[in-house]
Amino acid sequence: MAYTMMRMAYTVMRMTYTEPAVEVHGLVKRYGDVAVLDGVDLSVARGTVFALLGPNGAGKTTTVNILATLTRADGGTARVAGHDVTSQRRDVRRRIGLTGQFVAVDGQQTGRENLVMAARLCGFGRAEAARRADALLERLDLVEAARRRVSTYSGGMRRRIDVAAGLLGEPEVLFLDEPTTGLDPRSRQQAWDVIGGLADAGTTVVLTTQYLEEADRLAGHIAVLDGGRVVAEGSAAELKARVGERRLDLRLAGPTAYDTVLARLGPRAARADRDGLLLGVPTDGTAAHVRAVLDEVDPGREAVASFVLHTPTLDDAFLALTGRETASTHPREASRV
Amino acid sequence: MSDLTLLRPAPGPRPRSRATEATVVTGRCLRLTRRDVDAVLMALSLPVMMMLLFVYLFGGAIATGTRYVTYVVPGVLLLCVGFGAASTAVSVAKDLAGGVIDRFRAMDVHPAAVVNGQVVASLARNAVATVLVMLVAVAIGFRPHAGPGAWLGATGVLALCVLALSWLAATFGVLTRSPDAANGFTFFLSFVTYPSSAFVPVATMPGWLQGFARNQPVTHVIETMRALLLGHPVGDHAAWAVGWSLGVTGVCVIVSSLLFRRRFG
Repeated sequence: MAYTMMRMAYTVMRMTYTEPAVEVHGLVKRYGDVAVLDGVDLSVARGTVFALLGPNGAGKTTTVNILATLTRADGGTARVAGHDVTSQRRDVRRRIGLTGQFVAVDGQQTGRENLVMAARLCGFGRAEAARRADALLERLDLVEAARRRVSTYSGGMRRRIDVAAGLLGEPEVLFLDEPTTGLDPRSRQQAWDVIGGLADAGTTVVLTTQYLEEADRLAGHIAVLDGGRVVAEGSAAELKARVGERRLDLRLAGPTAYDTVLARLGPRAARADRDGLLLGVPTDGTAAHVRAVLDEVDPGREAVASFVLHTPTLDDAFLALTGRETASTHPREASRV
Repeated sequence: MSDLTLLRPAPGPRPRSRATEATVVTGRCLRLTRRDVDAVLMALSLPVMMMLLFVYLFGGAIATGTRYVTYVVPGVLLLCVGFGAASTAVSVAKDLAGGVIDRFRAMDVHPAAVVNGQVVASLARNAVATVLVMLVAVAIGFRPHAGPGAWLGATGVLALCVLALSWLAATFGVLTRSPDAANGFTFFLSFVTYPSSAFVPVATMPGWLQGFARNQPVTHVIETMRALLLGHPVGDHAAWAVGWSLGVTGVCVIVSSLLFRRRFG
């Protein structure tokens, strides 16, 4: 009863208290001469899902490790859940959960044993720890595997147990370092459902990912990290908008058709690839506009063989921002810009 | 309680004592050591095989003034615990190289709890192995002449020695960054048992080795146990054995925590 009332009071407090869950200024980390982080600034609002998106070596894990107090920064400041990660390390540690890149559960303990242990280390008594572990196992659909050793689990199940262990302390801020790397599509979907559920429950989630689709799907706010710097920040829609509008890509029947259509388009051609027999025209994507463009540039209905309506993806944004391709799940799509 | 309530951030952190932390982490280490079937089999079978090897193959050629089995049992016990304790280096190195340590650190678990847990697991593992070796020893003709006090004393000296060796191994586990390198330590530690009075009388060794063999800590522990189990006078071996064990333990506890701080900040 008292617990419930404290909980309510706390919720009210949280709603009126507006300090960001994570606030980072000018974070620098060097290993020898190499600056892994070169002045990173971030701000994560409470109760939101924030994605750090970047290629391998961009500094994602280093950032998470500094925020989770595992690594010390060489410069700059970072506050997590209202406490400084260097001078108030213990305060931070008691308010966060971490699921790192490497699975951090013991293969020779059962799933339930791992969770009960984590709950006990979070300060719950024996009975309460067992109750919470069981509740979480049920939520993550792991009841049947609960009493089997983790070494017998599939990669997806192991990852779910791992995420669960990070959740047991009911952290204010949960860090997930590449939570779905190496998972099959079905396991990834399950992990996404769990992470989405956390956000709905009010936990602040900071995740790193190389997958644009993942950032797009889960995060309200995305920071693109490249070479130790934040090169862009915003919602998925904002990042996409930076690349431009939709485009109608026409594939021409042959070189002659290509030249004819290019002449008709004139300066409107947003993309011209003679070897690939491709021409791009800006469009609003409506059927009426597409039909009008086709009628205008190809009245004989023989020059255009096929067309694709191209909507900018985060891949496009990523490529435009970093000059690099990503570990997209659709490599072809990304390379078409 | 519904799903969502369970996952909602709690009202601030809950208190947790270092004692609870140590208990939980130690429980984990005990569970893991019990389930590491390969290691358990190895820790139990190797000393027994060594004893059979010494007693039945080499023993006939070694003159010790008594039946060889009577002479060699304390040495085999020490070889046994040396081997058992040395594997602590591997367990610690594995724990520190894996993701588990990051989770523990992010949960504000004191790093010493992990090392401490592995040392306790080592004590438990060695207790089982020692009892087994002792049973086999009695089965092949070892006849101790010791009262309850002497048994208690021998057990205590051996336990202190296991504690020291386990901490030494654990320190090495913190120092090295790979479980493979830690595994090399096992070999080193078992080798230290040989240039001592464990298997042959020191007087039969070359002169230059006798000084080391006579005074090294393993000899003091073995001579103490030999005297206690067979009802001989202990002399100053017991003081040396206890002193060495406590000294090594103390130094290793300090060094390992310094190494820990250097490695994990």
